[in-house]
Amino acid sequence: MKPCAYHQPVQIPDAAKLLTSIEDSKLLAGGMTLIPTLKQRLANPPALVDLSRLGSLKGISGDGATITIGAMTPHAVVAASKLVQAKIPGLAALASMIGDPAVRSRGTIGGSVANNDPAADYPAGVLGLGATIITSMREIAADEFFLGLFETALEAGEIITAIRFPVPLRAGYAKFKAPASRYALVGVFVAKFADGVRVAVTGAGPGVFRVPPMEAALSLNFDPSAIAAIKIDTDGLTSDIHAEADYRAHLVTVMAKRAGDAALV
Amino acid sequence: MQISFTLNGRPTTVDVEPATLVAELLREQLNLTGTHIGCDTSQCGACVVHLDGLPVKSCTLLAPTLEGATLLTIEGLEGAPGSNRMHPMQEAFREHHGLQCGFCTPGMLMTAVALATEKKDLTEADVRHGLEGNICRCTGYQNIVVSVMAGAAAMNAAKGE
Ligand SMILES: Cc1cc2nc3c(=O)[nH]c(=O)nc-3n(C[C@H](O)[C@H](O)[C@H](O)COP(=O)(O)OP(=O)(O)OC[C@H]3O[C@@H](n4cnc5c(N)ncnc54)[C@H](O)[C@@H]3O)c2cc1C
Ligand code: FES
Ligand code: FES
Repeated sequence: MKPCAYHQPVQIPDAAKLLTSIEDSKLLAGGMTLIPTLKQRLANPPALVDLSRLGSLKGISGDGATITIGAMTPHAVVAASKLVQAKIPGLAALASMIGDPAVRSRGTIGGSVANNDPAADYPAGVLGLGATIITSMREIAADEFFLGLFETALEAGEIITAIRFPVPLRAGYAKFKAPASRYALVGVFVAKFADGVRVAVTGAGPGVFRVPPMEAALSLNFDPSAIAAIKIDTDGLTSDIHAEADYRAHLVTVMAKRAGDAALV
Repeated sequence: MQISFTLNGRPTTVDVEPATLVAELLREQLNLTGTHIGCDTSQCGACVVHLDGLPVKSCTLLAPTLEGATLLTIEGLEGAPGSNRMHPMQEAFREHHGLQCGFCTPGMLMTAVALATEKKDLTEADVRHGLEGNICRCTGYQNIVVSVMAGAAAMNAAKGE
């Protein structure tokens, strides 16, 4: 790796100031995406701003109707959290499926959501549950946050501090893993609330998206067989060495059914 | 910058460039070459060590993270005090032929010990899921899984469970 300056601020405003004052500097969370990028010299930031000393970004709390997860909370902690397991088991299951144990020790929910990899798992959970992204500046609804391929509504110098999830009646996640990377070839998150069902898909296209026909069918009748005949259009889906668009479209229906089944357990 | 941490039970202070990977620090500055580097993409797990008891990829960890932490590398694995034996997980790998060339073995062992420490009754499915981040080009994994199950049982027995 190329040498670069390293900052470990202990206050959020100091981190934001460093980020805006040093051009091209980068926030470092768990480093599970950023460090491989730096090692391959795909990025060369002059400085890293390490978020690990900002204590207020860690931890999980709940108030009955919502669960709030600090941005620096590692995947393994979410997967093992008794609170998340009790209130949103589908989200704990999602976290337990990310990467491998070493990735889950270090990788964080904030880093994953900020990075918005088209095949990452958390974006499906965040959009599927209609969560709120809390930043150093404001609150952003999931529906407004994910803007496609590695793009989010975050502005320069904006830091995710936590994600707030409404507690659903039921929720489930299913993913078809890309065998080598374990990222989602297709992953689907299904969540049932008193006022309807949300279905969010990751891996299939350039960014996470919802499937309104499946949401309508499941809102009428939360029976996974109700969506077995709903096929999504291949337009705009990804075709690459791992899978063609029509295979991904097929997997969306299969994974949505499995996510529905998981929600019913 | 100066960093102080506990390395295999010993207080250690080093002077490093902040952008140093822990795997490089261990191998090149501290001469602990048991931790292997098998890939450049954070995927193979040959470099796994324990940071405050958790398995992490030392090739994807920057040295400043170590400040105040406790690091255990393959060199720090040991059998019962005074027994003059290897760690039960190492013994199990030898007994059950859990390695061929041995390149992946340090990372396999560190991941396996973490798995067995985290959960008492490991199933074969737990072991296979737990080893997803460790790549072996020789064994076909079968004997590694057998070794981890046996090593975990031996670790539990040693704890009297
Ligand atoms: C081998 C391997 C397998 C993986 N498998 C999967 C998988 O199956 N599914 C999956 O979803 N992911 C997977 N990942 C990615 C992993 O989940 C990462 O942890 C995650 O994408 C990024 O989180 P991080 O904390 O490591 O962030 P970092 O790598 O530290 O940062 C990522 C980006 O987000 C920015 N950032 C970080 N935190 C914040 C914040 N609080 N506010 C604003 N910006 C921020 C950083 O500046 C950087 O640009 C895998 C990674 C590896 C190495
Ligand atoms: S060398 Fe660290 S994962 Fe391959
Ligand atoms: S024993 Fe050779 S790579 Fe695993």
